[in-house]
Amino acid sequence: MKILVAVKRVVDHNVRIRVRPDGSGVETNGVRMSMNPFCKHAVEAAVQLAEAGQASEIVVVSIGPKASNDVILTALAMGAHRGILIETDAALETLAIAKLLAKVVDEEKPELVLLGKQAVDDDSNHVGQMLAALTDRPQATFASEIKLSGDQLEVTREVDYGRETVALPLPAIVTADLRLNTPRNAALPMVMKARSKPLAVRPAAEFGVDLTPRLKVEKVSPPPERVAGRTVGSVPELVAIIAADVNAMEAI
Amino acid sequence: MSVLVLAEVDNGILSPATARVVAAASQLGPVDVLVVGPQSAADAAASIAGVAKVLVSDGSLLADSLTRLLLALTVRYQIVASAASTLGKDVMPRLAAKLDIQPVTDIVAIAAPNRFVRPIYAGNALETVEDSQAKHVLTFRASAFSPAAHGNAAPVEVLETPAHSAAKFIAAHRTESDIPDLATAQIVVGGGVSVGSAEGFQLIEKLGKTLGAAVGATRAAVDAGYAPNDWQVGQTGKIIAPDLYIAIGISGALQHLAGIQGAKKIIAINSDPEAPIVKISDVALIGDLFEIVPQLTAELEKLGLKR
Ligand SMILES: Cc1cc2nc3c(=O)[nH]c(=O)nc-3n(C[C@H](O)[C@H](O)[C@H](O)COP(=O)(O)OP(=O)(O)OC[C@H]3O[C@@H](n4cnc5c(N)ncnc54)[C@H](O)[C@@H]3O)c2cc1C
Ligand SMILES: Nc1ncnc2c1ncn2[C@@H]1O[C@H](COP(=O)(O)O)[C@@H](O)[C@H]1O
Repeated sequence: MKILVAVKRVVDHNVRIRVRPDGSGVETNGVRMSMNPFCKHAVEAAVQLAEAGQASEIVVVSIGPKASNDVILTALAMGAHRGILIETDAALETLAIAKLLAKVVDEEKPELVLLGKQAVDDDSNHVGQMLAALTDRPQATFASEIKLSGDQLEVTREVDYGRETVALPLPAIVTADLRLNTPRNAALPMVMKARSKPLAVRPAAEFGVDLTPRLKVEKVSPPPERVAGRTVGSVPELVAIIAADVNAMEAI
Repeated sequence: MSVLVLAEVDNGILSPATARVVAAASQLGPVDVLVVGPQSAADAAASIAGVAKVLVSDGSLLADSLTRLLLALTVRYQIVASAASTLGKDVMPRLAAKLDIQPVTDIVAIAAPNRFVRPIYAGNALETVEDSQAKHVLTFRASAFSPAAHGNAAPVEVLETPAHSAAKFIAAHRTESDIPDLATAQIVVGGGVSVGSAEGFQLIEKLGKTLGAAVGATRAAVDAGYAPNDWQVGQTGKIIAPDLYIAIGISGALQHLAGIQGAKKIIAINSDPEAPIVKISDVALIGDLFEIVPQLTAELEKLGLKR
């Protein structure tokens, strides 16, 4: 089985971001970037399937500026076999990303495509579902467990009411949630080895997809700020505050 | 512009999020509601104020077949909307791609009929976008909108069941509890990994019970197995907007704060006065949760506050 994994380079999830004062966006210059955490779980899932002898090749693809090479290298160091960078400096919408990925699915014909459930910059949570639509494949989003038997995938999904298990015939699209696995940190030899694995760089324009944005971002603003209130010294004081709040609520 | 709202149905029951999404969607045009579920859920939807018509289907909620059902209906509507729930997140982007539309999701405010505000970067920034496409696919963060009133009796039209899904539903694993719904609760009590065990988490649940509150947890507490996954609050979990949130032994990581920005008041109980949650809480009590929480619960119990 061939697996395609889509990985996105985003502002590192530990960075406290800053909105540009002119409202034009979030400051990304000079900010630490890394692989979107959900994508790491997707890569790990693919590598585990390969280690279990259930996948023969793992191809990783990232769409973004040249620097996105580094997240592909991270995935190669984790155990993926080959990388594709679709290079563009434009900020693409999720529909355009999904269309580019659909072209790659056309070319590579993977039985399974793994993605993160969401990218932690735009928090969209779209691309896997859109790719499933464009390729007419069944989908299982928010996966916390994946089992493969024959050409059937059994996926446990984290949903609002708890968890649910669904079965999908291959080829299929799965998006990873955080409890799917624990992504490995690649050891230094693997990092060295990753540099010699094939990595194709292709301009986004080559795919013949209309990348024009559909939406206009008018402005980006910081959320209302919360500031520290007061500290109370004892449980009875806290009880009085909670009691007053609850009584006020009942009055509504 | 005519709007079709996909109702939120869980276990055959219409969830309270639907009335909130109807309220939001009503700002954009006349609203019909699609209920994929039993007749009783359709009747509940028909009672929501502002609903013109309810369409009901006994089809499946799996994304591929639900997309096909919605796709067949979209010819009649300019806007298709749902809650930004796991159901809405699963199906609406799939529908949008089929329609060649860029969706706008997780909307927390409507600035104008085609201008929407949505949080990005775990709520650390708000993006205002203008959507001038011919059709719109939207999801609303239910907790950001007040519910529409009840007392309507809209007509209900029964739809044919759509084609089967390639995916197959195998089993639901529910967290059985009589605790209020997190996403719409008035009071939420949240516990972190520092409770140390599933037994320790019962301290949190007991306090919640005393207040008639919903119970939330951090990802760390869920990962450790102290609380079920559907209690997780934050960027990856539920987004809450209670009048009161009591955060116990929770550090206040960015990704947790993403889920509680809508809380009117935050009370923190934490042993560390420097914890990020303390820096943004309205009231803080610094100390050991294992001493504070049992005492707090006992005293509140005495007051008989449970609502
Ligand atoms: C992509 C991504 C998504 C994430 N999504 C979420 C999410 O949706 N929700 C979420 O919650 N997290 C999420 N996280 C995880 C998040 O970053 C934090 O790791 C997590 O919220 C920390 O949980 P915690 O507060 O229970 O634990 P800790 O950060 O370990 O904090 C424990 C706190 O308990 C206090 N404490 C310790 N002992 C006591 C005591 N005896 N009495 C009182 N206080 C005590 C400590 O002072 C500390 O403040 C996500 C992370 C990533 C990378
Ligand atoms: N620029 C990109 N390049 C590669 N994969 C992406 C890109 N954007 C999104 N994805 C994939 O789609 C998932 C969901 O992202 P999103 O829908 O943008 O929240 C991510 O976790 C990635 O797996």
